[in-house]
Amino acid sequence: MSVISRVALLGRAGLDTVSALGRSGIFLSNALLGRTRFGNSFALLLKQLYSVGVLSLAITIVSGLFIGMVLALQGYNILVGYGSEQAVGQMVALTMLRELGPVVAALLFAGRAGSALTAEIGLMKATEQLSSMEMIGVDPLKYVIAPRLWAGFISLPLLTMIFCVVGIWGGSLVAVDWLGVYSGSYWSNMQNSVEFVDDVLNGMVKAVVFAFVVTWIAVFQGYDCEPTSEGISRATTRTVVYASLAVLGLDFILTALMF
Amino acid sequence: MTDSSDYIVDLQQITFRRGSRLIFDGVDIRIPRGKVTGIMGPSGCGKTTLLRLIGAQLRPDSGSIWVNGQNIPELGREQLFAARKHMGMLFQSGALFTDLSVFENVAFPLRVHTELSEAMVRDLVLLKLQAVGLRGARDLMPDELSGGMQRRVALARAIALDPQLMMYDEPFVGQDPISMGVLVRLIRLLNDALGLTSIVVSHDLAETASIADYLYVVGDGQVLGQGTPDELMNSDNPRIRQFMQGEPDGPVPFHYQAPDYLADLLHREQK
Repeated sequence: MSVISRVALLGRAGLDTVSALGRSGIFLSNALLGRTRFGNSFALLLKQLYSVGVLSLAITIVSGLFIGMVLALQGYNILVGYGSEQAVGQMVALTMLRELGPVVAALLFAGRAGSALTAEIGLMKATEQLSSMEMIGVDPLKYVIAPRLWAGFISLPLLTMIFCVVGIWGGSLVAVDWLGVYSGSYWSNMQNSVEFVDDVLNGMVKAVVFAFVVTWIAVFQGYDCEPTSEGISRATTRTVVYASLAVLGLDFILTALMF
Repeated sequence: MTDSSDYIVDLQQITFRRGSRLIFDGVDIRIPRGKVTGIMGPSGCGKTTLLRLIGAQLRPDSGSIWVNGQNIPELGREQLFAARKHMGMLFQSGALFTDLSVFENVAFPLRVHTELSEAMVRDLVLLKLQAVGLRGARDLMPDELSGGMQRRVALARAIALDPQLMMYDEPFVGQDPISMGVLVRLIRLLNDALGLTSIVVSHDLAETASIADYLYVVGDGQVLGQGTPDELMNSDNPRIRQFMQGEPDGPVPFHYQAPDYLADLLHREQK
């Protein structure tokens, strides 16, 4: 391949990326702005909250529990060497609230709900359900996309809270109930060191940002995919990859700004 | 703008490309109001594209598409969705909403566009389902229906809001003889009984010719011919004759554009 061809390919890739970014911006504004005239829009949102949020509860709770337990176990093994095992509760809580809670919950959400959103919307496109909705005079951006976007925005911060709470409880199961750390120390050290604004609120800000980005990527990939089985498969993969990279990259930026 | 109310759709000098491929090159098509108009042509000539242009799911590169006095490509998003309430389209696949029952599929346009009572919605849905012979299938899910039944449910849904213009995309493909006969009769019956205008895109010659008042034959990005079915059957134009009589050899090539066959076979290193 000649140098010119390589430059042309690079240019094409750049143009495609800018074009996709533009399309996704227009897509988002069309979906979220303007009037929604469907009387049952709350019912549509509830349905999506169930499939996006409630159905992600199991994986979130189980993962949160195990991550909290592992954190406590590792933390105890290190801290006990310094005679500071009483600080394990503080360590678990700060790690969960500041970093692992928002990040891992978002990664799990991208894998569980994000991929499902992309595949569902992609399949609706491939089977012409979105086209038929358009021809009925119903805007799929308002009827299909907007409820899923809002459901994602609402669900992930709530799932993150649940993830953190379960993780901290899992940490206490290991540290207090198994390894014998005094429960008063576990909880009171946590209470003394965790600040509501610095730790809890900043963690929730991260969760809100991740919810916005992951859900946006997921629904856009589904809506913009090539309407074939291969196209849906590629879009689903792209959702998980792009959303995971976006979460990790944004986490670094947000952490640098917040802490 | 078209100055005649005799035509519900007026396509003027439509040019449309898909990538580098020219699908329509300055095409003019007028659809008479209240009639069944067939758009025919070989596979891949852009018949479905034509319906998608009229429904504004695709935008032409140039030209205007007047539907009921509105130039469709120039409409804003809100106006476009309002205009589509007066159009119905039967997709080749049926395109039923797979998470809704037959009843809810037909009720969908009524629920989102009207504030009718539940009793009224029920009555209207049953009326539409009765028209397509599937009132008894109201509680079934789309995956429990055959392809032909799905298309009939989709037809009931498409006429739920009593549109002025009905567009049928290859309605006869993959139908058994009974379903085919039912659909052919239904299209004509609904057009006359509900006072619709119908556009039937198909390459099923006999069926389309049997119900159409007027036919267009498209191919090579052009309108090859137009007229009543009888006029086209007796056309002297070799392209029209080849299509209407189903001859494999003629001015319309059977093969997609390709290099020389023998040279192609001998160059084995190429894919």
